[in-house]
Amino acid sequence: MHPAFSVVFLTTLIGAGQGLFLALFTVESYAAFGLLSPQPDDFYALGSAIAFVLLVLGLIASFFHLGHPERAWRAAAKWRTSWLSREVIVLPAFMGLVCLYGCAHWLGLNPVFAQLPSGAPVNLTAVLGSLAWVLAFALYICTGMIYACLKFLREWHTPLTVINYILLGGASGFTLAAALAAAVAPEVMPLLAGWALIITFLGLIGRAATLIRNARLKPKSTLQTAIGVKHPKIMQKSMGLMGGSFNTREFFHGQSRSVLRSVKWLFLVAAFFVPMVLLAIGLSQAAGGVLLAAFVVQYLGLIAERWFFFAQANHPQNLYYQSVA
Amino acid sequence: MTQLALVIDLNVCVGCHACVTNCKEWNTSGSAGPLVDLNPYGKDPTGTFFNRVQTFEVGEFPHTETVHFPKSCLHCEEPPCVPVCPTGASYKRAEDGIVLVDYDKCIGCKYCSWACPYGARELDEHQRVMKKCTLCVDRIYDMRLTAEERRPACVRACPTSARLFGDIHDPESEVSKAIRENGGYQLMPEWGTQPANHYLPRRKTKLRIREDELERADNPLKIDQQLPKPGKAEPSLDDVTSW
Amino acid sequence: MTDNSVQEVKNTTCYMCACRCGIRVHLKDGEVRYIDGNPNHPLNRGVICAKGSSGIMKQYSPARLTRPLRRKAGAERGAGEFEPISWDEAFAILEERLGRIRATDPKKFALFTGRDQMQALTGLFARQFGTPNYAAHGGFCSVNMAAGLIYTIGGSFWEFGGPDLERAKLFVMIGTAEDHHSNPLKIAISKFKRDGGRFVSINPVRTGYSAIADEWVPIRPGTDGAFLLAAIHEIIQKGLYDRDFLVQYSNAGELVNCDEDDDEFGMFLRTEVPEEEACYDPQDKLWWDRKTNRPVVTHTAGADPCLLGEFEINGTKVKPAFQLLVDRVKDYTPEWAEGVTGIPAETIRRLAHEMGVTARDQRIELPISWTDSWGKEHDTVTGNPVAFHAMRGLAAHSNGFQTIRALGILMSLLGTIDRPGGFRHKVPFPRPIPPCARTPNHPNAVQPNKPLDGMALGWPADPDDLFVDDDGNPVRIDKGFSWEYPLSVHGLMHNVVTNAWRGDPYRIDTLLIFMANMAWNSTMNAVEVRKMLNDRDENGEYKIPFIVVADAFQSEMTAFADLILPDTTYLERHDVMSILDRPISEYDGPVDSVRIPVVPPLGECKPFQEVLIELGSRLKLPAFVTKDGSRKYRDYPDFIVNYETEPGSGIGFLAGWRGKGGEKHLRGEPNPNQWEMYAKNDCVFHYELPKSYQYMRNWNQGYLEWSQRNRITRYAEPILIHIYSEVLMRFRQAARGKGFSRKPPAHLAKRVETFFDPLPFYYDPLEAQVTDRHKYPLAAITQRPMAMYHSWDSQNAWLRQIHAHNVLFVNAHTARVNGIEDGDWIWVESQWGKVKCMAKHSEAVEPGTVWTWNAIGKAAGAWNLAPDANESQLGFLLNHLISEELPACERGSDRRVSNSDPITGQAAWYDVRVRIYKADEVAARGTMRAGKVGAEAANSGGGPAVGGGVAPVSGAGAARTEPQFPPLKPYPGQPERKSIWNYFAGKGGKQ
Ligand SMILES: Nc1nc2c(c(=O)[nH]1)N[C@H]1C(S)=C(S)[C@@H](COP(=O)(O)OP(=O)(O)OC[C@H]3O[C@@H](n4cnc5c(=O)[nH]c(N)nc54)[C@H](O)[C@@H]3O)O[C@H]1N2
Ligand SMILES: Nc1nc2c(c(=O)[nH]1)N[C@H]1C(S)=C(S)[C@@H](COP(=O)(O)OP(=O)(O)OC[C@H]3O[C@@H](n4cnc5c(=O)[nH]c(N)nc54)[C@H](O)[C@@H]3O)O[C@H]1N2
Ligand code: SF4
Ligand code: SF4
Ligand code: SF4
Ligand code: SF4
Ligand code: SF4
Ligand SMILES: [Mo]
Repeated sequence: MHPAFSVVFLTTLIGAGQGLFLALFTVESYAAFGLLSPQPDDFYALGSAIAFVLLVLGLIASFFHLGHPERAWRAAAKWRTSWLSREVIVLPAFMGLVCLYGCAHWLGLNPVFAQLPSGAPVNLTAVLGSLAWVLAFALYICTGMIYACLKFLREWHTPLTVINYILLGGASGFTLAAALAAAVAPEVMPLLAGWALIITFLGLIGRAATLIRNARLKPKSTLQTAIGVKHPKIMQKSMGLMGGSFNTREFFHGQSRSVLRSVKWLFLVAAFFVPMVLLAIGLSQAAGGVLLAAFVVQYLGLIAERWFFFAQANHPQNLYYQSVA
Repeated sequence: MTQLALVIDLNVCVGCHACVTNCKEWNTSGSAGPLVDLNPYGKDPTGTFFNRVQTFEVGEFPHTETVHFPKSCLHCEEPPCVPVCPTGASYKRAEDGIVLVDYDKCIGCKYCSWACPYGARELDEHQRVMKKCTLCVDRIYDMRLTAEERRPACVRACPTSARLFGDIHDPESEVSKAIRENGGYQLMPEWGTQPANHYLPRRKTKLRIREDELERADNPLKIDQQLPKPGKAEPSLDDVTSW
Repeated sequence: MTDNSVQEVKNTTCYMCACRCGIRVHLKDGEVRYIDGNPNHPLNRGVICAKGSSGIMKQYSPARLTRPLRRKAGAERGAGEFEPISWDEAFAILEERLGRIRATDPKKFALFTGRDQMQALTGLFARQFGTPNYAAHGGFCSVNMAAGLIYTIGGSFWEFGGPDLERAKLFVMIGTAEDHHSNPLKIAISKFKRDGGRFVSINPVRTGYSAIADEWVPIRPGTDGAFLLAAIHEIIQKGLYDRDFLVQYSNAGELVNCDEDDDEFGMFLRTEVPEEEACYDPQDKLWWDRKTNRPVVTHTAGADPCLLGEFEINGTKVKPAFQLLVDRVKDYTPEWAEGVTGIPAETIRRLAHEMGVTARDQRIELPISWTDSWGKEHDTVTGNPVAFHAMRGLAAHSNGFQTIRALGILMSLLGTIDRPGGFRHKVPFPRPIPPCARTPNHPNAVQPNKPLDGMALGWPADPDDLFVDDDGNPVRIDKGFSWEYPLSVHGLMHNVVTNAWRGDPYRIDTLLIFMANMAWNSTMNAVEVRKMLNDRDENGEYKIPFIVVADAFQSEMTAFADLILPDTTYLERHDVMSILDRPISEYDGPVDSVRIPVVPPLGECKPFQEVLIELGSRLKLPAFVTKDGSRKYRDYPDFIVNYETEPGSGIGFLAGWRGKGGEKHLRGEPNPNQWEMYAKNDCVFHYELPKSYQYMRNWNQGYLEWSQRNRITRYAEPILIHIYSEVLMRFRQAARGKGFSRKPPAHLAKRVETFFDPLPFYYDPLEAQVTDRHKYPLAAITQRPMAMYHSWDSQNAWLRQIHAHNVLFVNAHTARVNGIEDGDWIWVESQWGKVKCMAKHSEAVEPGTVWTWNAIGKAAGAWNLAPDANESQLGFLLNHLISEELPACERGSDRRVSNSDPITGQAAWYDVRVRIYKADEVAARGTMRAGKVGAEAANSGGGPAVGGGVAPVSGAGAARTEPQFPPLKPYPGQPERKSIWNYFAGKGGKQ
């Protein structure tokens, strides 16, 4: 597939935004259950704001993907069948909740509605946070499923796609949260950095598993099934057009195999290895700058990862577009 | 239930591209149009077409088959492109099984094209909506046209009548018979999309000449050239045995 | 939904190619909304092709010329610098110049026309002008096909006849890619296949029609003669020929003088001295009757000739023609042919058997009674259902004439001429062998201010019919009808520029080119010819002083014009597909048709027809003015209605709805409402012959008399098939210094003697004879793409997306042996020139052949394409590698002859031999992207080597074809070149 930068940014930005929110809410939950001391509202408010900004940026990026952004609202219509439609519904809902959550913290508006048996308060931010927490995962699932549900895009058609969206988004979000915490809530930095490290590591496992899986994929569609001729040797001579078409632009990355290979190593290093090292350093030295660097590197790595995610997917339609003459 | 479709006979398709340009011509000024052409007179001209004809070589010289292969939207019975569309712009008509795009609803997200394994959809780069073969809905029901004309443009144009059109759910239709009798098949059956369009494979006519057909009663050489007789003086059994 | 209703539907005739299908043009607000095939038209029966469907984009093309243009003073020819002038000025220039020429030496005006359909009018104009220098495209197209078969069976493929696939059981197609009969052939082939017929294609390449053949027989280019002769050998040997047919309907049984010392050696024996009426074959020859064992006049009732044997009449050794054929093919065994053609002997033999056995055992008897020329009544028409079709794969070689003679003979042996399931004629064929038209045979036929005394083109029957002076030198600028190319019945347009430039045989003044791209794809040696067009003599005068080009588009040729006359498109003008030209007849009878404008002309475009009528009137050419010298015809439509070949002849351009009220057909007084009647009848006139006149027309008394009564032919004599060609023998005789006719100049005697063999023989194409085969091991040929017509369609926004550039297809094995990968940039080099292009591996081409689509490559900026358009940057023209001349084979002479068939002057396009090798490193790097990415794409989705953003093949600077020419700029008045086209009829085509 041709990696569209709108989609690369959309998925990485909202992934990080979701992850950041999850990190915030994790902290709040720890605190609610008394595993941590309560953290300043500023931390949540600022974190939510950042998450919100990431989500907004992602949303903006997504508009660049549309031929008719002014009709984007129509995309909510088919939530019964379309994961894209679901994403389109969940994303703003999630954004709304993150916004409310952040505001509630910022304004310190946090009425308690009830008390759990454990003693944890059921207050406004907990309710908003829990709902947002559910939506964050729903959003990961929607985003992942947009790709995972396309069965002939076999590189994507695996639960690993959804898992990776969760893990990679989570990793970048937690890394960012750790960097944020280093600045405004140092106490929770180790917790977040630790989780970031763990999730990044899990992400590495997930992503590596996908790479291994995909490397072993045998194409299910072949020229033989594409044109219905059973002969081992078939070569396309002409695709019927010479100056290119939507089909030659949308479904091909246009790069050589070696570029693809380089990008793969680049993202493995930038999205996983370097951030893990930096996280470890940041964690041990309580160095916010290093953590921020970890996030920046990881985010760039994830852009490469997402680029690769698209580029590696080999659409069966490509069988019909192999040769110009 | 009706399922309209094209059946394409690869046995007679000569790859002339009539179906390609006639489709373009009909549709650019029709309800699907205009169909944009970019750089029409410059480098790398590229435009939106609903139908393309491709060429494949099968086998190795001298046992080569050259296959011309027209491809447009196959109007799948289980069209993966439809459920994924977030706006409902892509839909399959219950009454005749035609898969269509409502250009007024389409947001140009391209998702449906990702979901089509056949590369049958093309985004119109100017109108920025998704387009594809409409099975000429704006012809086939137009009662101002004669019955002969109420067929898709490409079908009418095709000089070899390699393109048949009809209801594949009606077992008595020309298309159903063609599929049944000539081994009609679907593309990429592995995905369960159940394309309504079918293809008919190459069929070979061979001629077997038997040895005895070359020994002819009507051999004119018998008239013109008395078949050579051996000279009387040449050796024969008479020279060596007497019984 | 948008309202796509159509407001108007107008019928006319397509001219996106020369097939001339009936079309219906649907209009919306005066703009073309849709063009479809006319279901009532006999030719295309409702279908339409890729080109025909793209007529809209021709109509609104930015390459259109819209104003008369004059080369800017001081600008070089070829630079394309023009200033607009008015039609009045243009006519004044022409009137003055042509008037002067006509009053002094009319042959200094040359009119040559390309792939047009109006030779009846252009020919009339030239003849009236008085110049012999007129021809249409036939010489560079397929004259071998016309001449080879017409001199053998009195008709031909091409527009003159074809295979009856309705009834055939076996169809053998040879060397055909697309043909003139584009849609009808496609309709017929698919029906034939559906009816279970067996289709064999003999072609070095498997594409298009060959793709759907049941069997593809790859053959080395130029060697079909060997295949056909071997098939004849096998069919005779196995006794699979139709003896009855040959006896009755051919000259197979006629006795030939075999006495080498006799003056009449090689001629038929005759009962009496041959009549001087050279136009038909009098029935005065002899058979050797089997029953009475003595000579009798042919077709004597009750007689049956020996086809084999050797006899003596009055001490003269004689043999039946058939015996001579048998002698001829004795050594042409399938094994021999295998070595020449590359087709296994086994296959040749099997194919011969298939033909023979199908012809004999699947015989058809139709219950159609008819009477033959000898008065015998037949209750049935017999068919031997083996049909052939062949085109330029045979024709465009310098041995094509004899190869095609062999094909005609094979078809005749099988008994398939004008019979069901075989070959069928189309009116006005068959014609006598040769047809009656003659050129003048002396230079004094060309006189100031007089029409030419004879036709500019004709059919020589013997050396006295040649158009030469007393020394045997050519009268025509193209040397047509001279000893160099005696039977050049369509002229040699491909040598006009070179000859005129060299002044050999003389200099001319004005060259008028209509509808031909002589600076590009219809010229050989395009690089040099472009220089000749712009070359000056010692005095600084152009060697070709004045060039006028009448074209509708900005072709490469227009750039070399001194004056450009902008023509209309086919949708803007009146036109006729006349029976006087090459009509669109069907097997069942004559068909002619018209074009009636459906949209107004763009800008100042004027139909060339009108230009000729205007010029003819101004120059007072007799046919165009009344006795008092005033203009006779208002305009072209008026001319068409009222012109008669002779006053009161009742023969005009159109055969339908003649007579005062349109009640007569074929012949009749002018009908003032003829156009309206054509308009009412789908623009086509189809006269269906009675069934009994539809077959066996060479010898069908009823038909021949019908044809005579309607003045389609002068004679109603039977047209016997020339298995043995006495016509050719007459030339050979002259070359041997015998006979009463003229003799060739000494340096051509050998050539004429060699090639004018009365029986077909195989020889290597002439170019191969002067080529080092080790150095240039490959044959290079072109094919017609179905979705493009010559060079016309690169200006067509839709068609050019299908063929934006061309590549050289090379057999994959051959390529690898030469170190050439798929997609590599290579040089293709002949001994005449070289071209850089991209190679593509193919399994569908014979290993010794490389090929490309014809005329896709363009000169930069021509056709109002952007200078960086794919056509000029990636596409290439094979013509740069083909020479228009060859060294004459005589030793020690610097004479050149045209690169043509030595009998007909047919351009030998497909004889060129080449070698290929990888282009230099820089270009090769561009290749890596182009080729390798494509190769990888299968696995990685890297992308095909297309432009448009994927793998920028066209981006790499070095990755460009060569040669290149300085880009042309648009001319004044040309429509704007859009960068986005959203064509929607009725919205100003804009939106
Ligand atoms: N290498 C190679 N060369 C070949 C051949 C080959 O097989 N191989 N084939 C040869 C053959 S068979 C032929 S017939 C020739 C064809 O060669 P040409 O007869 O030269 O044909 P084109 O170049 O296509 O077109 C001639 C011109 O007609 C113009 N034209 C189109 N429509 C109209 C119209 O309505 N009015 C006017 N006035 N002009 C119009 C076009 O713009 C173009 O400039 O090419 C020959 N050249
Ligand atoms: N679409 C389209 N239709 C056209 C034209 C066009 O430009 N485009 N041009 C029109 C004109 S002017 C003409 S003359 C006709 C020509 O019609 P065709 O004769 O069909 O045209 P070519 O493309 O010259 O086809 C020559 C075929 O002969 C094969 N061939 C070459 N050499 C040999 C050989 O030695 N032996 C054998 N057996 N085969 C050989 C080539 O591979 C090719 O398939 O088409 C007409 N129709
Ligand atoms: S061919 Fe593609 S676009 Fe057409 S219905 Fe099937 S999946 Fe949808
Ligand atoms: S591009 Fe249009 S039709 Fe396709 S999925 Fe998006 S909205 Fe639906
Ligand atoms: S059915 Fe109509 S829209 Fe579809 S390919 Fe044919 S002409 Fe085009
Ligand atoms: S029009 Fe018919 S023969 Fe021509 S490419 Fe299309 S399907 Fe094939
Ligand atoms: S075959 Fe020629 S005349 Fe017929 S529709 Fe096609 S372009 Fe027109
Ligand atoms: Mo031609």
